Amino acid sequence: MYTARNYVFADSPEHAWELNQKKTNTILSGGCWLRLGRRRYDTLIDLSKLGLNQIEQTDTYLELGAMVTLRQLETSPLLAQYFGSYFSDCTRHIVGVQFRNCATLGGSVAARFGFSDIVTALLPLNCQVHLVKAGWLPFTQYAAMPYDRDVLTHIRIPLQKHIQVVYQSTRNTQTDLPTLTCAASCCDGRISLALGARSSRPSLLHGNTQSDLLQEAEHLTYVENMRGSSAYRRHLAKILIQRVCTCLEGGQHPCS
Amino acid sequence: MQLTLTLNGVRCTDEVQADTTLFTYLREKGCLSVKCGCETSNCGLCTVWLDEKPVLSCSVPALRADGKKVTTLEGLQDEAAEFGAYLADEGAEQCGYCSPGFIMNVLAMSRELTHPTEQEIQEYLAGNLCRCSGYQGQLRAIRKFLAAKGGCV
Amino acid sequence: MKRNYVSTGVRKKDAMSLVTGKPVYTGDLVPANALRVKLLRSPHARAYIRSIDTSKAKLVPGVVCVLTWEDAPNSRFTTAGQTWPEPSPYDRLILDRQLRCCGDPVAIVAAETEQAATQALRMIQVDYEVQTPLLDFTKAKDNPIVVHPEENFRALCDVGTDANRNLVSYDSFTVGNLDEEFSKCDVVLERTYNTLANSQAMMEPFCTYSYYDEYGRLTVVSSTQVPFHARRILSNALEIPKGNIRIIKPRIGGGFGAKQSVVSEIFPALVTKLTGRAAYLCYTRQESMTNGSPRHQMQMQVKIGATRDGMIRAIDLYALSNAGAYGDHGPTTIGLVGHKSLSLYGSLKASRFTCEVVYTNTMGGGAYRGYGATQGIFAVESAVNEIAAELGIDPTVIREKNMVKEGQIMPAYYGETCNSCTLDACMAAAKEHMNWDEKYPRRVLPNGHIRSVGVAIAMQGSGISAVDTASVEIRLNDGGFYTLLVGCTDMGTGCDTILAQMAADCLDCDIDDISVRGVDTDQSPYDTGSYASSTTYVTGGAVMKTCAELREKILAEGARILGVDPAQAEFDGQKVFVPGTDKSITRAELGWASYEGHSKLLTACQSHSSPVSPPPFMVGMAEIDLDPETGHVEVVDYVAEVDCGTVINTNLARVQTEGGIVQGIGMALFENVQYNEAGKLLNDSFLQYKIPTRLEAGTIRVNFHPSYEPTGPFGAKSIGELVINTPSPAIADAIRNATGLSFRNLPIRAEDIALAIERQKHD
Repeated sequence: MYTARNYVFADSPEHAWELNQKKTNTILSGGCWLRLGRRRYDTLIDLSKLGLNQIEQTDTYLELGAMVTLRQLETSPLLAQYFGSYFSDCTRHIVGVQFRNCATLGGSVAARFGFSDIVTALLPLNCQVHLVKAGWLPFTQYAAMPYDRDVLTHIRIPLQKHIQVVYQSTRNTQTDLPTLTCAASCCDGRISLALGARSSRPSLLHGNTQSDLLQEAEHLTYVENMRGSSAYRRHLAKILIQRVCTCLEGGQHPCS
Repeated sequence: MQLTLTLNGVRCTDEVQADTTLFTYLREKGCLSVKCGCETSNCGLCTVWLDEKPVLSCSVPALRADGKKVTTLEGLQDEAAEFGAYLADEGAEQCGYCSPGFIMNVLAMSRELTHPTEQEIQEYLAGNLCRCSGYQGQLRAIRKFLAAKGGCV
Repeated sequence: MKRNYVSTGVRKKDAMSLVTGKPVYTGDLVPANALRVKLLRSPHARAYIRSIDTSKAKLVPGVVCVLTWEDAPNSRFTTAGQTWPEPSPYDRLILDRQLRCCGDPVAIVAAETEQAATQALRMIQVDYEVQTPLLDFTKAKDNPIVVHPEENFRALCDVGTDANRNLVSYDSFTVGNLDEEFSKCDVVLERTYNTLANSQAMMEPFCTYSYYDEYGRLTVVSSTQVPFHARRILSNALEIPKGNIRIIKPRIGGGFGAKQSVVSEIFPALVTKLTGRAAYLCYTRQESMTNGSPRHQMQMQVKIGATRDGMIRAIDLYALSNAGAYGDHGPTTIGLVGHKSLSLYGSLKASRFTCEVVYTNTMGGGAYRGYGATQGIFAVESAVNEIAAELGIDPTVIREKNMVKEGQIMPAYYGETCNSCTLDACMAAAKEHMNWDEKYPRRVLPNGHIRSVGVAIAMQGSGISAVDTASVEIRLNDGGFYTLLVGCTDMGTGCDTILAQMAADCLDCDIDDISVRGVDTDQSPYDTGSYASSTTYVTGGAVMKTCAELREKILAEGARILGVDPAQAEFDGQKVFVPGTDKSITRAELGWASYEGHSKLLTACQSHSSPVSPPPFMVGMAEIDLDPETGHVEVVDYVAEVDCGTVINTNLARVQTEGGIVQGIGMALFENVQYNEAGKLLNDSFLQYKIPTRLEAGTIRVNFHPSYEPTGPFGAKSIGELVINTPSPAIADAIRNATGLSFRNLPIRAEDIALAIERQKHD
């Protein structure tokens, strides 16, 4: 469990950014992962009074605030309307409803854990993220960036016509961390496919066919940890790529 | 730091530290139904409602509840007894240590889901660990409870 | 005897207080001024403390004491809650200078607040001489690293202990002529099986507080299964007379054997002894995982022989058990590996069991539901399934041919006669309920998944024969209600209620007329505690005797008041009366009368112990859904057919069964204890040690086939431990029936299955 001396509700994203420049301060997202550490913080910066818990729609994209909870992602009718069960599939295995009512989109994305279902799911969607200082960035760029002290406020998911999406993961138990995550989108025959839970960050692959992707996936790193060996993950990658591609070929819109 | 919230219908203002969790605060306020079974946000024993939504009180800083409504089993005694009677009639409360958090989540589920399927029930409650019961008796109790309330499975 | 309550699903007497979240557990009752106790734990698996500097820690505001090995008594003891003289060696100190596993306690801090205690922990400076740990238990015997070199190490019982060889215990027994019988077999298999340590993972961690009461006696309130043993153990460890110690057990948040060891009690008790202050320690989940009392890791070698017609003639079983750093429950768990697996087969003409228990520098083991039987049954049942496959015989059929039957003598079970057994009926019912003949061995679903079934049988005991002792006192009070005082420990299992059911039927009264109270060692009658599946059987026996005595006393007193000879009077539970007359006195009136002058309290207290430990039996069948690509196994259906003798509480016995099976599913598939190279446990949280959630539990269907155990109360045997024993072998069998591959190491991970199937494809 962490310790902290001060607790500040940021009055604006800029305020949060300023506070977050001090290395001993930290943004408080859902609090679920933060508590696993034993760090001593000076100030916890709470974004929960900035109205960042909304999912909004424009003509061309959905905009999600950083404080949207994983449970909101799972149950949002808007997300379901455009992406079917995709956002439910990438969240419903995460611990439990109570956990998902705490954990946030921003927390998951900013942490960029290698095993993140959320990061894996966002990678193939051509998203943008908004940071207080850096402004709007492609999500793929952000996902690969080193950690800095900027503050994430929003994520935009473009509403692409004829996009098909599918999310699958494998886990030793149904609510455990994944042994492999796999998310794919298909737009005009071009497949973008993210594979996570295999190294420090999920990776995004592109290809026109299943065999393209299988070939690309062979060059990725597959680490060994308590949940699985490198060989098992490599094997799972093959299986999940085949499965999501079969699903995409099935041509449902959206696919799930 | 000052914290003002509504706890089980009563407005409270207290001094808490920045790193005091909602769990610790609630125990100090005498809500002893709230239990802690892990340090990793996995067990669901500490489930309470924050603005009517079930959360893990061990993971929420107390100050985040500022201005909000917090409900524990102490504030839902009639409903706890109503559902709890079904659990008791199965013998499925067993040691009872997970019961408060479990019941908080069952009651949240019964408000949130109408006519849930068995799979929906199991998924909604997956974050509530129980080592005694094997979960079967809990499910029997829920089925009977929902059927009696007209939200049958 | 009329059965108004026995064999019904009476609601637990404490149920409504539990489901409404009343403050009834140890941590809810802590006095406001109690010191918070925290332990500094060893980061090394084996190390010697050169020096400890506590001076800075003691300066932290709010810190009351920082204790090191120099402050702790030097009397070795065991934390194992067993009847004296304990078979477990006296190999522990509260704080030792030699550290034997990661997490061994180095210092105890007590402070006014938890924050102060935590801060002080960080200020303690320890100079460790880090030593090479002994981590591989298969290399422990006669290893140059000696885990317990201390001079004051003691073994009270002759269990083959030799600390210099890292041997906690050694044992062996042989029935018949093994070589001769193997020579008559057409098929002989030799297989090795491995099981890991498992954590009981009860929801309430180890939790204790202590204080000096108004008489200056040390009172310890604790979540324990063994209050009376705890009193003796604390007396040994703290070097204070037993008469100065009182143990109180409130409601317990689960035990499963974990709390049959005195894990957390010694630390706050030492603080209270030295400071005079109330002190409270609740283990974190991490501490409960790393330094609790888990199941012993074991390796078992089975040699099994059968003739072509499927008659199993001989089994030779060798078991090696990893006690870890301390020998608690080591010498006794290992015995069950053999006694409770080999005795399942009445057909055996010869059998042998040899076992060794060794010290290493991994976490110390303890008692976990099943207590060795679980490991032994996994090995033997798996071997039986393998030989059935080898012979091309249906695994249910080979069991029908070989399994123990009522009336048989069980040579590997202390020569006891099997007086009650419906295993045959259990097997017939299991096959029918599972639709075995249709489902065995497997079918492939349209999605490529494989549905298959597997089977195992199991037994356990009912108490420890001639050792476990239970006493019960029942008093008749004014107005006619009874007080039932028990020393056994309801840990959620419902024994307070079960015993009240028996008493209500023995006394012909309403169950609400019986108030139950347990346990306070100053006030409860002696009971060894709730472990070894003893409570229903042994303490239940004491209830029967006590009720019989009380009925006689009530009758005699009633007759005295009515002025008649007791032989003329009768007691029907409500009144003492003389048949055919209007002479009658109600139980309520007798209660009042006993509180008046010239009368005597109507109370009875009887003890019970059993020379035998009749085994309950069961058949478990698992149906699994196996994804051959990912290796994932889901237990979709589990059929459990149980003979626990007369079922005392139909609901509670069912829930015991369901709970035990789900724990067994966790053991079979997920609960994977891993250490790093330095001997640090990696699965030290619910994040890393995955117990089944409700999504892993599948559907469990339980049916009872009661035999009548002549030595048991109302014909009852035990239920609590038996039910964890079938899932591992039954699921392993189902996996083999699905894949054609045998998995002999638990847990059987998805990865093991998927990669083995891949290898098989390439071979």
